[in-house]
Amino acid sequence: MPLRRKTAGAQRLKQAARSLGGFVVVTALTFIGLMAITFFIGRVIPIDPVLAVVGDRATQEQYDAARVAMGLDRPLVLQFVSYVGDVFQGNLGHSVSTNRPVAQDLARVFPATLEMATLGILIGVGLGVPCGTWAAARQGTWVDQLIRVFALLGYSVPAFWLGLVGLVVFYANLGWVAGPGRVDIFYEGLVEPRTGLMLVDAALASDWEVFWNALDHLILPAAILGFFSLAYIARMTRSFMLDTLGQEFITTARVKGVSEWRVIWVHGFRPIRVPLITVIGLSYAALLEGSVMIETVFSWPGIGNYLTVALLNADMNAVLGATLVIGAVFILINKLSDVLYRVLDPRSR
Amino acid sequence: MTTARHWLLDESPASRLQANLGHAYRMALQLARNPLAMVGAFILLLLILAALFAPWIAPYSPLGQNLEARLLPPSAQHWMGTDELGRDIFSRVIYGARITLTIVALVAVISAPLGLLIGAISGYFGGWTDKLLMGVTDVFLSMPKLILALAFVAALGPGIENAIIAIAITSWPAYARIARAETLTFRNSEFISATRLLGASHARIITRHVLPLCTSSMIVRVTLDMAGIILTAAGLGFLGLGAQPPLPEWGAMISRGRTFILDQWWVATMPGFAIIVVSLGFCFLGDGLRDVLDPKQGGKS
Repeated sequence: MPLRRKTAGAQRLKQAARSLGGFVVVTALTFIGLMAITFFIGRVIPIDPVLAVVGDRATQEQYDAARVAMGLDRPLVLQFVSYVGDVFQGNLGHSVSTNRPVAQDLARVFPATLEMATLGILIGVGLGVPCGTWAAARQGTWVDQLIRVFALLGYSVPAFWLGLVGLVVFYANLGWVAGPGRVDIFYEGLVEPRTGLMLVDAALASDWEVFWNALDHLILPAAILGFFSLAYIARMTRSFMLDTLGQEFITTARVKGVSEWRVIWVHGFRPIRVPLITVIGLSYAALLEGSVMIETVFSWPGIGNYLTVALLNADMNAVLGATLVIGAVFILINKLSDVLYRVLDPRSR
Repeated sequence: MTTARHWLLDESPASRLQANLGHAYRMALQLARNPLAMVGAFILLLLILAALFAPWIAPYSPLGQNLEARLLPPSAQHWMGTDELGRDIFSRVIYGARITLTIVALVAVISAPLGLLIGAISGYFGGWTDKLLMGVTDVFLSMPKLILALAFVAALGPGIENAIIAIAITSWPAYARIARAETLTFRNSEFISATRLLGASHARIITRHVLPLCTSSMIVRVTLDMAGIILTAAGLGFLGLGAQPPLPEWGAMISRGRTFILDQWWVATMPGFAIIVVSLGFCFLGDGLRDVLDPKQGGKS
């Protein structure tokens, strides 16, 4: 018996390794595809890619230097190969609006986005899963309809509009939360940016005044972001839960006299944990994307704001760098939740 | 009336036309039983009417400025108030229906057939064609749509045409996936083999036999995606990358109203309500259509 268990374990390990290997190959190919797209956007679509990079105020010398530096005299395939090489070395070019390397800029702004999206997904999961489960348990009642409409609103409300309305209501009129930005201006630069996550940095420095202020600023944009993931998570949870609750083992449990609460949260919830992980992963990735609009409204100094500022300044290197980073994180989370699903769900083995 | 009904619901239709019309009639009856879907259809009807008859519905010109009537709150004269140039916001919202409808229709007309064709070819031929096409599709599918659209517009330059192109480029992959999945289910079925034995070319089989069978799930998906397309277009407008002023595009109107949001809330909020109502309409209708046309996917509710 122990021998058999061992071989089963080894087989499971082998399977996990195989799906991990598949994950690496697929992810690498998708990354190359992503780079092909950004390369295409940056070098092929613009009529004059050099002008798009250096801007129209550049002198002829700067223009020529950039042209040679970009290697535009070489064939496209070679250009692409060296572009991929550059990206892997972390060289995303120079931003004309901040006058710094794009990679440096992105490393500086990314934590702000990460902080907002992470709090957003916590809110989305914390409310979305119970809402969806509740709707499934009360299928067809007004609770179900209400949650359904509420979830559909998440697909129909423009994020930037909700951000503006949120600012007017909760900041300007009710005064419950702080306004745009990460902290009040006189708190700025008080804590040493160790992780770049304001809450963590403030907590590490035990500066609770800054911590609460930062939370005050963070809570509204994060809640709005969270609403959008809530909509998706609640909808998916409801449909998974309905599938499960219709099955025979649930009826058996009910017949045995298990309490309804236990039937739903223990018997019903166990089989949907794995698909839920995928859903949560997908919505986390979507939040990183959604933050672009929210950050613009809240002047949140994250990657989305950086991207929109670069767009308005026609700063092509910065636009493509931000696209590449957001795209890469998006792909990574997508594929990771995919592989997690395959490893965790016994049916897909 | 009753004879027309009987003719439509006839169990043994005499002609192809009768069969098709009868089928559509049954679908419509089923859809009519879903109240939310009816609300959605009604909203869409309003949108289309507003777009068609904008000059007759709108009480003022969408572009004419009246600086004496700047930033007036909503009243009997100006139902949604006026903006910073004294333009009537209600009239602009009504005219904005034209822009929204154009964007939505063009994106659907470009991306759905493109996705359909790629997916059908991929599923029908299989093998390396399939691997290659689906590889490209998956790359696009795993990209964040809004960011990709932003980057495309950045390269193409701001403007409504480029916004439409950018959104279309980012939305076809989902349709390709669906069309492929549909095609795979009947690729090896007998009626396809029979058609092939009759000497039909691949092109004929795909266009005459494969594509029509994919359309119903495609219609459902396109309707459900419309809300997302409207939001993306409005987002591009909000960032100043879509429709350019003075065009009354809803997203661009919100962006203008942002400056006055604290004192004159109506300038930015009113176009937002229009976006929400129209997007919700598409969602409701899409949900209802899915239950009717595609019972295997939904139908739980």
